[in-house]
Amino acid sequence: MAAYSIVPAFKRLLSAVKHAPLQTRCCTVACKAQYSTICDPNEKTFDKILIANRGEIACRVIKTCRKMGIQTVAVHSDVDSSAVHVKMADEAVCVGPAPTGKSYLNMDAIMDAIRSTGAQAVHPGYGFLSENKEFAQRLAAEGVMFVGPDTHAIQAMGDKIQSKLIAKAAGVNTIPGFDGVVKTAEEAVKIAQDIGYPVMIKASAGGGGKGMRIAWNDEETREGFRFSSQEAASSFGDDRLLIEKFIDNPRHIEIQVLADKHGSALWLNERECSIQRRNQKVVEEAPSTFLDPATRRAMGEQAVQLAKAVQYSSAGTVEFLVDSQKNFYFLEMNTRLQVEHPITECITGLDLVQQMIRIAKGYPLQHKQEDIPINGWAIESRVYAEDPYKSFGLPSIGRLSQYQEPLNLSNVRVDSGIQEGSDISIYYDPMISKLVTYGATRAEALAKMEDALDNYVIRGVTHNIPLLREIITHPRFISGDITTNFLPEVYPSGFHGHQLATDSRRELLASAAALYIAAQLRSQRFLCNLRVSTIPQERGKWELCVELGKDRHNVEVTRSGNTYTVEVDAGRVEVSGEWNLASPLLPLTINGTHRMLQCLSREASGEITVQYLGTSFKVRVLSKLAAELDSYMPEKIPEDTSSILRSPMPGTVVAVAVKAGDTVAEGQEICVIEAMKMQNSMTAAKTAKVKSVHCKPGETVGEGDLLVELE
Amino acid sequence: MAAFTVARSSCGLVSGLRASFRSLAQVKHGAVAQTSLPLDCRWYSVSHLSVQERIDKKRKAALVGGGQKRIDAQHKRGKLTARERVELLLDPNSFVEYDMFVEHRCSDFGMEQDRNKFPGDSVVTGQGRINGRLVYVFSQDFTVFGGSLSGAHAQKICKIMDQAVMVGAPVIGLNDSGGARIQEGVESLAGYADIFLRNVTASGVVPQISLIMGPCAGGAVYSPALTDFTFMVKDTSYLFITGPDVVKSVTNEDVTQEELGGAKTHTAVSGVAHRAFENDIDALLNLRDFFNFLPLSNKDASPVIECHDPSDRLVPGLDTIVPMESTKAYDMLDIIHGIVDERDFFEIMPNYAKNIVVGFARMNGRTVGIVGNQPKVASGCLDINSSVKGARFVRFCDAFNIPIITFVDVPGFLPGTAQEYGGIIRHGAKLLFAFAEATVPKITIITRKAYGGAYDVMSSKHLRGDMNYAWPTAEVAVMGAKGAVQIIFRGKENQAEAEAEYVEKFANPFPAAVRGFVDDIIEPSTTRKRICRDLEVLASKKQVNPWKKHANIPL
Repeated sequence: MAAYSIVPAFKRLLSAVKHAPLQTRCCTVACKAQYSTICDPNEKTFDKILIANRGEIACRVIKTCRKMGIQTVAVHSDVDSSAVHVKMADEAVCVGPAPTGKSYLNMDAIMDAIRSTGAQAVHPGYGFLSENKEFAQRLAAEGVMFVGPDTHAIQAMGDKIQSKLIAKAAGVNTIPGFDGVVKTAEEAVKIAQDIGYPVMIKASAGGGGKGMRIAWNDEETREGFRFSSQEAASSFGDDRLLIEKFIDNPRHIEIQVLADKHGSALWLNERECSIQRRNQKVVEEAPSTFLDPATRRAMGEQAVQLAKAVQYSSAGTVEFLVDSQKNFYFLEMNTRLQVEHPITECITGLDLVQQMIRIAKGYPLQHKQEDIPINGWAIESRVYAEDPYKSFGLPSIGRLSQYQEPLNLSNVRVDSGIQEGSDISIYYDPMISKLVTYGATRAEALAKMEDALDNYVIRGVTHNIPLLREIITHPRFISGDITTNFLPEVYPSGFHGHQLATDSRRELLASAAALYIAAQLRSQRFLCNLRVSTIPQERGKWELCVELGKDRHNVEVTRSGNTYTVEVDAGRVEVSGEWNLASPLLPLTINGTHRMLQCLSREASGEITVQYLGTSFKVRVLSKLAAELDSYMPEKIPEDTSSILRSPMPGTVVAVAVKAGDTVAEGQEICVIEAMKMQNSMTAAKTAKVKSVHCKPGETVGEGDLLVELE
Repeated sequence: MAAFTVARSSCGLVSGLRASFRSLAQVKHGAVAQTSLPLDCRWYSVSHLSVQERIDKKRKAALVGGGQKRIDAQHKRGKLTARERVELLLDPNSFVEYDMFVEHRCSDFGMEQDRNKFPGDSVVTGQGRINGRLVYVFSQDFTVFGGSLSGAHAQKICKIMDQAVMVGAPVIGLNDSGGARIQEGVESLAGYADIFLRNVTASGVVPQISLIMGPCAGGAVYSPALTDFTFMVKDTSYLFITGPDVVKSVTNEDVTQEELGGAKTHTAVSGVAHRAFENDIDALLNLRDFFNFLPLSNKDASPVIECHDPSDRLVPGLDTIVPMESTKAYDMLDIIHGIVDERDFFEIMPNYAKNIVVGFARMNGRTVGIVGNQPKVASGCLDINSSVKGARFVRFCDAFNIPIITFVDVPGFLPGTAQEYGGIIRHGAKLLFAFAEATVPKITIITRKAYGGAYDVMSSKHLRGDMNYAWPTAEVAVMGAKGAVQIIFRGKENQAEAEAEYVEKFANPFPAAVRGFVDDIIEPSTTRKRICRDLEVLASKKQVNPWKKHANIPL
């Protein structure tokens, strides 16, 4: 947590803030991925703030509050009672059971918590009640400050239809499309036809990409309408929809704005968030490789115009779609702190949470537009508990049996709200952390990200590090050639992990073989036992067979101290390391290059799972004899999966469309599973008769649970 | 013992074997005859061969067992030969074979003919090393008379067992045998009994492990049953007293070999086998791994291996593992994996009586036995099967100087007619007996519930627990709040209030701590550190039970 250390001797620096522009302090920013929370002790804000959120963002807010000398109150659901944010806060109040509707969205309980703890202000984080005007109104009615914009701005920008009208009026470029309320599927189809396909359909009230669907024809429009309105109703209690022109090959670039209650506003440069899956951001960076200073300024100025038009105060984000000609269109404005705010903090050195709190108290902005730097480059990877091999990420749950953030590396910031032993449950967002790396240049930041991902230990849940690492090392990403369609374009048949080249395969095989020998040798090292054979057993050479997938590779290993020389696939690889068999991290030097591998499992049967270049590979190392005899072993017949439908993730069954005896066509919807606020349609893998149905609506199912059997 | 032969014929193995065997012998004979044709009449005399040549010839014959054809058949069944198994099990070139020249002595039914004699007979025996440590091995050779047990076969096994006990080294049996050699009749039965006797006398002296790698039927099953651990190979091994045919004729039940005595049945239903593995190779490699946990004999200390896991490692995840709601389950394996060295836990009987978890692990390199209630299954209660499973494991650890670490979260013994009629009283007493009798270092951690008599049973202070700890979430009480309140405050109106009072008073570790029934209340994250430190202290523990011929455990 060193990155958050309060700048010591802040008084000395304080004068620097007051009298010098930000750039003069950049040296401190340039060497660490951090922001500076420099507090003026005379600038009193609040005594106590309640954070109406959970997870990493609650922790993030608490950290700044602590530095500002503000007492904090956490709210939590019953399952979160021992969560990190609860432990970090000075006080904590349970606001209800696990489902968000009964706890984190339970305004009555939260209002009670505010009253009972005497909090003077509420920071809503993102999601939950952050853009809920009713909540803001209730707070205002009780004289509690909402750390965010006025109700007016929330209302104006919270509604996607209205926000577009306002933006247009404020001179902001907008996307051609229909802005109105859509009531039926047929109406949706008509609107879509008027705009011309492709169109995008989403819930008016929803933030981010959740509930957003793209339709290329009438049929898809109907389907999109159905899903979006259902999701809108279940997530936001507001079933209004928005349909607009879908821009092909767009980039998602957003401008961070900061406005005070005195009519001043700043733009804090852009964040490029084009890498998305299912319209949810995965990797973000600041600045963008794509913008030139003129475009940046134009976008920034429009964003500020919009903020001023709605008398915006606090931190906000104006999202734009940018086409290949650098035309940009207003998408929406998020009237809250964004998930990806850390990268802006990295390149500007500002603490956005601190600024939000100051502004809420009514202080004017400290900086002028020309004081806002772009200092170095910051990249953020959203580390999720999800399986990247299933449509770039389906939620997974579990207990973090081992968890170690790569904070030993410099220029790395990890915003997380979990720790070893935490549960990732079906009730909340499956985000594990936001991993931010920083560098003087983009290349530096990217190299650091690679390192950080390799050093990140996550066990117990499936995570998306394989995908993240592939993205940030992909030539297209490195060259900056990205769009919001990056993932489907680069991985048209889905993500399959790192594809090994001849050299990397050799390295992997050699490392596994060396690890195997190291473990074998260790299992002979009995201490204080006189009954171990004194006849030397250590051999100088081993003949092994390493199985990777279906291929077998004959391997010869020789050892000298901690260095193993491995002859594999007509090549020679030298692997050396400490060979600590207890550590999850396995730092190796492979042919002179430092590589951080992770040993995920090591079985007596010779099966070793290692994480190499982000992806986990399962290999089997056998002695030559065992490998020869292995051919006699009977093959185990795996289960036929085409006639059974299993839940791909843990969640709740929302609807079951079939019953036993029905005939279903291939691709026909069988049931809908909702997990982490997402509805997933499960379809039949073949045309067949339904043999039996093992789930019913409202039921909770685990990953791999049998849903429906076909004949 | 009539069951032996009944079972054997019911397996249909013998008849089939005999037939195929004869044809094989003929082939072999033919081949020999061909090469010796020029020698003419001197064929029947071997005197022309030098002793060295005869030795070589016998050795060569011993190495191919029942011949290539039967070896191929063995492979086709997905099984390895007796020698291949030994080679995989032991360190390279460490096997020292005994009795390669022993032949069976049967002279009935044409068995005395040369073509029916195989040097070494139907078992390979000897000693070797696993990771440098001595072990005695016998491996039954299915290619010779279907691995059937002759007098000579039994004699070979007895010889290595006798020596194993004498020098103090474990015995591993690789079983793959059709049963008794019927041609030898009573001699075969005597052979079984000789082995049984040695299994019994060696019990508690050296660890004995059976790995069932093929059929094992009739009386033969009692040898594995007498050993400390029985492992099986999935799909290719069977253990039963009588085969499906006899079952059908006696009880009219239709059952397959696999259902009756396959690996799944014995690891999940009967509790006869302690673990099952995918195939021969997987089983043998796992056996090597397992062997490393065991001391060589009851005179040897629990082994210590080089350890890379810091003994003072904190396990922060444990601080939040026990849910706030005392009715909510968690996985005891998460606690065990977090605490032991390198998350390496060799679970014994993972699929049987899952409400108790037992197995081997290491703490700072030293082998320990772990016993833990599993709240995930049946709330971790003790019932007949879990008591018996736990008791046998505890007794093994005690016999072989392996410290026992017990994790307690037990709501009590399972009530009900099924349990009472089944004899939960005497079976539950086994676990109590085993813990009480054990003199090895005993460390107990109460993670949550320790209710009623089950609290006493689970290696409590009162049963000579050396170090007994409670986590802050521990509740040592006669029973849960609800039940207790119904008794104490019977008829009182405000039950909820009474319950709250009871919880405040008893649903915490203090009542036990103030009485010294737990030595300390510790932060869960420090548990590993504490255990490692205690084990170091307790390594020199000496505790002796009063002299007795043997105790009388309630069997």
